Order: sequence, then structure tokens, then C-alpha cells
Amino acid sequence: MRRPLLLLLLLLPLAACDDMTAQPKRNAYADPSVAPGRVPTDSVSWRDHSTAPPPLTLALIERGQQRFRIDCTPCHSELGDGNGMIVQRGFPQPPSYQEDRLRAAPPQHFYDVITNGHGAMYSFAQRVAPEDRWAIAAYIKALQRSQHAAIADLTAAERAALP
Amino acid sequence: MAAIFRPSANLAAKVVLLGMAALLAGGTGWWLVWPRTDWSRRVGWVIDQPVPFSHEHHVAGLGIDCRFCHTSVEVSSNAGMPPTYTCMTCHSQIWTNAELLAPVRESLAQGRPIAWNVVNDIPQYVYFNHSIHIAKGVGCASCHGSVDRMALTYKASSFTMQFCLNCHRDPGPNLRPKEAIYDTEWHRTADTPSPAALMQQYGVPNRDLTDCSICHR
Ligand code: HEC
Ligand code: HEC
Ligand code: HEC
Ligand code: HEC
Ligand code: HEC
Ligand code: HEC
Repeated sequence: MRRPLLLLLLLLPLAACDDMTAQPKRNAYADPSVAPGRVPTDSVSWRDHSTAPPPLTLALIERGQQRFRIDCTPCHSELGDGNGMIVQRGFPQPPSYQEDRLRAAPPQHFYDVITNGHGAMYSFAQRVAPEDRWAIAAYIKALQRSQHAAIADLTAAERAALP
Repeated sequence: MAAIFRPSANLAAKVVLLGMAALLAGGTGWWLVWPRTDWSRRVGWVIDQPVPFSHEHHVAGLGIDCRFCHTSVEVSSNAGMPPTYTCMTCHSQIWTNAELLAPVRESLAQGRPIAWNVVNDIPQYVYFNHSIHIAKGVGCASCHGSVDRMALTYKASSFTMQFCLNCHRDPGPNLRPKEAIYDTEWHRTADTPSPAALMQQYGVPNRDLTDCSICHR
């Protein structure tokens, strides 16, 4: 008589079975509060205070190139002439970065345009972190320079290699 | 006294017993196999969304990078969904009167985010992280398929444990060069560095990636 009762007791742990797919636990990787629908969250805080420009390095400009190609080329194009794909589909045309006014503008101006937007261009403060804004500004300055290089910018060896 | 059962009852009893055994075996098989089939996991099923957003138009047609919208994929466990503001970056000027985009404009006006329906999902007891995969050269397409050809987004892989393990056992052949991670049409060519070279380049450690504690903590 005792044995069957003990065996029945063994069934008790089954009471702990539940649906593992939805566990009320702290999961640093998956936030259950966004289920069942996916509600967007802001990854970079809105209009955060400005930071000082970092030192100019090749790594900074390369980072800027990568970020520029993600966030800016759809409208400004890779050349910065303001003829990107979205402009070809009817978006108002932005000014070319080769305009004298923009060539004379300091990096701070580009930083501010990214942070606050400009006319028809929305702010990118939410999408581009402050360090990346400086990187993009540095890249745009390099882009402007690259399209206005003079013979005097070349080293003697490079000048000798010219045809 | 007449027999209670006729001889044919023997046969009936055998059939019933066999039938019960078959039912049990079939039921167990079904219980084990069915949840892992592509059909029950809705692989390839289009999910209805509040706005019929098309990756085909925006990615393949307009050449927008994944990170324009899924901003946190490189740095966080979640890829992140674009807020309405991101859509309005362009749609404040383009297709401003389209009926299709009414929910987007409404969402901005009322400050209420659009709730997109879940397409890809893994259970809560599995820990998953996007950033490590992107940092180590796993492309979006290895898990999400040809997103740039999806007029409406659907799930491209089953996301069973086997799916994850197939790669974790030997990631090398699935890794790609840095510049191809967001290119959903990329294929290994003769110029691609060898799997071993890529493992070396990304510094994928020589440890057991199939260890249970990597995904179940
Ligand atoms: C959706 C299209 C779009 C995107 C994406 C975009 N811009 Fe613009 N941008 C514009 C338009 C349109 C203007 C012109 C605004 C006006 O004058 O009304 C502009 C103007 C500018 C100007 C000139 C401001 C001035 O002083 O005249 C700068 C600098 C600029 N954008 C930088 C950027 C950078 C950096 C990025 C990437 C982070 C970027 N833009 C992304 C559309 C865009
Ligand atoms: C213009 C913005 C935009 C771009 C660019 C974009 N996406 Fe999306 N993506 C969205 C939106 C909005 C959704 C939600 C609606 C849906 O599921 O179709 C989404 C959904 C997804 C989902 C499904 C999410 C879920 O619920 O599981 C995946 C996977 C995805 N995108 C991958 C990509 C990849 C890979 C790229 C680059 C090749 C990309 N996206 C580019 C806006 C974008
Ligand atoms: C970088 C600019 C840009 C962004 C950001 C953008 N779109 Fe678009 N979208 C366009 C353009 C341009 C078209 C017109 C497509 C064409 O002409 O082929 C379009 C078309 C559409 C259409 C019309 C149907 C179609 O697929 O052609 C819908 C719906 C749409 N977008 C939804 C969205 C949603 C939702 C978001 C936010 C997640 C978004 N878009 C973000 C540029 C953008
Ligand atoms: C190793 C496989 C893998 C790779 C590579 C991968 N994803 Fe995912 N993705 C997943 C899984 C699994 C989920 C479901 C996550 C969950 O349920 O929490 C997901 C969910 C998503 C979502 C919706 C939920 C979220 O995380 O915000 C988006 C958007 C997304 N992925 C985009 C991308 C993009 C863009 C890339 C490439 C840069 C990418 N994924 C690369 C496996 C992957
Ligand atoms: C195409 C190949 C591939 C697929 C598919 C894949 N992974 Fe990975 N995963 C990797 C690589 C490569 C790493 C990096 C290992 C390293 O360098 O530490 C990794 C690392 C991880 C890590 C972090 C390990 C740690 O602790 O550092 C987790 C968690 C993980 N994967 C979970 C998953 C899950 C869950 C799935 C299935 C949804 C999955 N992965 C599918 C290739 C893949
Ligand atoms: C690369 C990531 C990864 C590793 C490593 C891993 N798992 Fe899993 N496991 C998963 C995923 C993803 C699922 C969810 C599958 C699903 O949705 O059915 C899962 C589900 C499970 C389940 C739930 C039962 C089921 O199939 O529905 C068990 C039990 C389990 N894993 C045990 C283990 C054990 C034991 C190990 C170590 C030998 C292990 N896992 C290693 C990713 C992993």
C-alpha cells in the first residue's frame, strides 16, 4: 500500500512543468516588455549635450566614411553633391558640399546640422552618437578637400610619378 | 456454458492493442517532430504589419543600409526597430499623401510608436545577441535570408536549436569579410579568404561554441 503512494509522490515534480518559452526572468539579452509587438526604442538620447571634438586621426575619418555612407548617402550621395537616390525620387535637393559657403564652414557646423537638422532635413541626434557626428564632420571635410586637391598638395615623389 | 467471446474476438483484441501502440508511437513522434517542422514554425509565412513596409523597395530599390533603420545591431543584443521619426526623415517629403502611410503620420502626430508584429522569435530561455555575430563576421543573410527581396518580411530560417548549432559547430565557412556583412546577396567566391583565415582574422576563439551555457544561462 505504501509503495504506490510513494510512486504517486514522484509525480509531484511534474507540477513544476510550465511553458519555457515565456519565462518571467531577467534576461539582459531579450527584453520581454516589448512583446508581443515590437515597439521601437531610442538608442541614443535625444539632443544630448555636445562633446569636444576628438583628435583628428585616420581612424576617425574612416569611421566617418562608414557612418556617412550609412546615414547620409541616401540623400547627399557618396560624392556629397546632393544627388542621392532619395533626391532622385523627389526629395528636395540638398546643397552640394562643394559650395564655397560649406567649404568654409568649420566641423562644428556639420556637427550642429546632424544634431539639430536643417530645414527639410530631420535631426539625426537619435541615430548618430556624438562621437560619430565628429567623425562624419571630419570625413566631410576630407571629402571636400579631396575634390579640390592642388598640385602643391602632392609630395615631390608623387609629382614625379604624374604623366 | 457458451463462450463469452467468439474466436474472432482474439483478432479484434490484437488489432486494438496494435492500434493503441501505433497511436502512442505516432503521437509521441508527432509531439517531438511537429514543433520542429518549418510549417509549424511559420518559415516563409508573411506576417501582416500595420504598414506594408517593403524591404525590397527600401533596401534593393533605394540602397538604404540596414543600419539606417536597425541602428543598434552592431552594439546591442537587439537590432532595434526604427522609430516613426526615422520613417518621417523621408516620408515628410515623399509620398506624403499616400493612404498606405497614414498610420505612420498618425503615429508621429500622436507621439505613439507603431507596434510592429514579431517576425523572428526565439524562446525566452535562449540568450541571443546580435552584436557578437556582426562583430565576428556573420552576415544578416545567414539568419534572415534575402531580406532585400522580401516585399513583406517573413522568417527565413527555422531558429531551432539545430539551426544555431549547425553553425556553432564550425563557424568558419559561414563567416564573411567585413564589407559583405550587410550585403544579403553575397556569396563565397574564389577571392574570399579561406574559412581558417577568416576565423583567424576575427579572432574566433578555439573554444567549444556548442557548450550549453553559451545559449542557456
Ligand atoms: C532624407 C535626406 C537627407 C539625409 C539622409 C541627410 N540629409 Fe543633409 N540635407 C538634406 C536636405 C534636403 C538639406 C537642405 C535643407 C534645407 O536647406 O532646407 C540638407 C542639408 C545639409 C547640410 C547643409 C546645411 C547648410 O548649412 O546649408 C549639411 C551639412 C547636411 N545636410 C549634412 C548631413 C549629414 C552629415 C547627414 C548624415 C548624418 C545628412 N545630411 C543626411 C537631406 C538629407
Ligand atoms: C527603411 C528602414 C529599414 C531598412 C533600411 C531595413 N529595415 Fe528591416 N525592418 C524595418 C521595419 C519598419 C521592420 C518591421 C516591419 C516588418 O517586419 O516588415 C523591419 C523588420 C525587419 C526584420 C524582422 C524583424 C522581426 O520582427 O523579427 C528583419 C530580420 C530585418 N528587418 C532585417 C533587415 C536587414 C537585414 C536589412 C538590411 C539588408 C534591413 N532590415 C533594412 C525597416 C528597415
Ligand atoms: C531614406 C528614405 C526613406 C526612409 C527612411 C523610409 N522610406 Fe519609405 N519610401 C522611400 C521612397 C523614396 C519611397 C518610394 C519608392 C519608390 O519610388 O520606388 C518609399 C515608399 C514607401 C512605401 C510605399 C510602398 C512601397 O513600398 O513602394 C511605404 C509603405 C513606405 N515607404 C514605408 C516606410 C516606412 C514604414 C518607413 C519607416 C520604417 C520608411 N518607409 C522609411 C524612402 C524612405
Ligand atoms: C546568428 C543569427 C542572426 C544574425 C547574423 C542576425 N540576426 Fe537578426 N535576429 C536573429 C534572431 C534569433 C532574432 C530573434 C530575437 C529574439 O526573439 O529575441 C532576430 C531578430 C531581429 C530583429 C527584430 C528584433 C530585434 O532584435 O530588434 C531585427 C530587426 C533583426 N534581427 C535584424 C538583423 C540585422 C539587420 C542583421 C544583420 C546586421 C541581423 N539581424 C543578423 C538572428 C540573427
Ligand atoms: C552563421 C553562423 C552562426 C549562427 C547561425 C549562429 N551563431 Fe552564435 N555565434 C557565431 C559566432 C562566429 C560567434 C562568435 C564566437 C566568439 O568569437 O566568441 C557566436 C557567438 C554566439 C554567442 C555569444 C557567445 C559568448 O558568450 O561569447 C551567443 C549567445 C550565440 N552565438 C547564440 C546563438 C544563437 C541562440 C543562435 C541561433 C538563433 C546562433 N548563435 C546562431 C556564429 C553563429
Ligand atoms: C547555439 C545556441 C545553443 C546551444 C549551444 C545550446 N542550445 Fe539548447 N536551444 C537553443 C535554441 C535556439 C532553442 C530553442 C529551440 C526552439 O525554439 O524549439 C533551444 C532549446 C533547448 C531545449 C528545449 C527543448 C526543445 O527542444 O524545445 C533544451 C532542453 C535544450 N535546448 C538543451 C540544450 C543542451 C542540453 C545544450 C548543451 C548540450 C544546449 N541546449 C545547447 C540554442 C542552443
